[in-house]
Amino acid sequence: MTNKIQWEFPQALEDEAIYILRETAAQFERPAILFSGGKDSITIVRLAQKAFYPGKVPFPLLHIDTGHNFPETIQFRDWLVESLGLDLIVRNVQDSIDQGKVQEETGKYASRNALQTVTLLDAIEELKFDACIGGARRDEEKARAKERIFSVRDEFGQWNAKMQRPELFDMLNGKIHLGENVRVFPISNWTELDVWNYIRRENLQIPSIYFSHEREIIERDGMYWPYSPFLNTTEEEVPFRQKVRFRTVGDMTCTAAVISEADKLEDIIGEILEAKISERGARIDDKRSEAAMEKRKQAGYF
Amino acid sequence: MEVLRITTSGSVDDGKSTLIGRLLYDTHSIPQDKMEALHAASKRKGLDFTDLSLLTDGLVAEREQGITIDVAHIYFSTPTRKYIIADTPGHIEYTRNMVTGASNAQVSLILIDARKGIVEQTYRHFFIASLLRIPYLVVCVNKMDLVEYSEARFNQIVEDFQALIASATFKAPSIKFVPISSLYGENVAARSEKISWYSGDSLLEYLEQITFDHADNSHPSRFKVQSVIRPKTEAYHDFRGFAGKVVSGHFNIGDEIISLPSQQKSRIKTIEQFETQLATAEARQSVVITLEDEIDTSRGSMFSKPENAPALLKEISAQVCWMDQQKLVPGKTYLLQHGINRVKAKVQQIQHVIDVTSNKIVEDKKELGLNDIGKITVKLAHPIFADSYDANPANGAFILIDEFSNSTVAVGFVD
Repeated sequence: MTNKIQWEFPQALEDEAIYILRETAAQFERPAILFSGGKDSITIVRLAQKAFYPGKVPFPLLHIDTGHNFPETIQFRDWLVESLGLDLIVRNVQDSIDQGKVQEETGKYASRNALQTVTLLDAIEELKFDACIGGARRDEEKARAKERIFSVRDEFGQWNAKMQRPELFDMLNGKIHLGENVRVFPISNWTELDVWNYIRRENLQIPSIYFSHEREIIERDGMYWPYSPFLNTTEEEVPFRQKVRFRTVGDMTCTAAVISEADKLEDIIGEILEAKISERGARIDDKRSEAAMEKRKQAGYF
Repeated sequence: MEVLRITTSGSVDDGKSTLIGRLLYDTHSIPQDKMEALHAASKRKGLDFTDLSLLTDGLVAEREQGITIDVAHIYFSTPTRKYIIADTPGHIEYTRNMVTGASNAQVSLILIDARKGIVEQTYRHFFIASLLRIPYLVVCVNKMDLVEYSEARFNQIVEDFQALIASATFKAPSIKFVPISSLYGENVAARSEKISWYSGDSLLEYLEQITFDHADNSHPSRFKVQSVIRPKTEAYHDFRGFAGKVVSGHFNIGDEIISLPSQQKSRIKTIEQFETQLATAEARQSVVITLEDEIDTSRGSMFSKPENAPALLKEISAQVCWMDQQKLVPGKTYLLQHGINRVKAKVQQIQHVIDVTSNKIVEDKKELGLNDIGKITVKLAHPIFADSYDANPANGAFILIDEFSNSTVAVGFVD
């Protein structure tokens, strides 16, 4: 096989996602898009815009704000909402902490990542959302490979892998009991590369932290952590400036950077493809391979 | 770029996991760290090669733990196209997963162990591929290395399989036999030198060449309306567009259409995909259609060409695969979902149950439980606009939903 670069976006994936979003709008009373400001949720917003054009996007965006976001992500979020005329609902993890529903973690690995679930479930209950649209993809990890497109959650937001409904052809069964809700995953069949190729084809804006920029970082466990007031550091962890970018966007306390000069989409896609090619063997050494770095990040992350 | 969907099914030891691992490996779809983990795991097991079957380990672990075995989705791409493999276990108790995995597939990949030849599971895979009318059937005769790459052995298996096909009611328009060794990558991506008597394509070469008829000329034109878009903004004050999906066939601007159930006719004024105006909408595309006239159309309506509109069916006979722990209860009201429409449905009669392995009617069995396949008659509260599955698969399937549990309990194929 050749290693010709795969730039083209498979159109069937967009058609499928738009079909799913239209079914979501029709089958549920109060659907919402779970918006994190990351590339996957930006893709979902674009798909929703296209699915109902020239009508409005019939879903509000729900952002669970941990308070530890990259400021660039929040800026981007507000810009996107403003420029597309979307409705944005923000619920804060800080409120859940203040209400005593969750406790702030301590220690150098403290993060609010796990705390946001409680805030999310409260928001779903408060706002009576019966469907929450997310950007999860089956290629991300093994458990997600089993997710349905319409994934039913009980009153406590739990996913029961054993009780999943079979999904046949394109027929989506969104019937639920009162109190249950559905997570909808329109880009289930996309890979990371598909998302990037789509962003490129659609010429979408994304937060600046996806591109190479100089930033203060520290090194910990072989990963590069963004230095911020939210990160608990030890005395040995001295911040230094480095050109980096982020491959995924989460909180500043749990998203590691990769050393990169990629400042254009083409370069980012090139990096992903190169990381794939290096998988065959010794061409790029491990330290420079960002694929390995990212996976390590994920291992700590999940 | 095209997407090709493949369904594969098999047991732990027929080399299916190795084959999938090999396809991923040869298309450079395994990240470096995963590859390193594979090397290490293989070494721990005392192997002197990298065991690619460990990639799809999830399923094996599931089986050992006794939890639900499901459909796993695996993705890889080549410069030509993107592949989605729906991988399911092949035992009889997973028939419903096999049917689910096969429901979106264009290619059914059947693996045969060259040493064992055709076994019980082969019949089952073939039956399901036939039931679902999957157009491309690829039979991989695997583990050729264990039969010394014998041409005679391969020919014998091909002959046996041809006999099996001869007895079937449906024959895939394209059937391909490939002798492979997934362990050594012979004829998987690259052509094998060891199997010099075989001059055909490798598995991947064959998959790469499968062509698509986007206009879907062999099937009648059907468009399902998911919603009516009426922005009522100043710029789009009178806009009334029908957002939906081309189920089968194709539509051009200017085509006369009939809308069901209202039976009113009009012509297509525009076909839109966001800001782009299209001349044609092809099968599986999601578009917005506007019409010349205001006719009675809403969510659930179906457009077709007047000369070959689907019949309005209030009673159907269908093959079903039962997917729920609770058996089918004749006389009970279920919801039947055809495409995006749901109607109340009562199962009148279970006509017969089929043995998936022998393709014969099971004598004296008149009930449908989990994983059973049989024929039923159903009475509907409102008509559906379905084609027979045989004539037009994309508009001939339905699901049954239990009104109390809301579960999807069956999939059906209209006669």
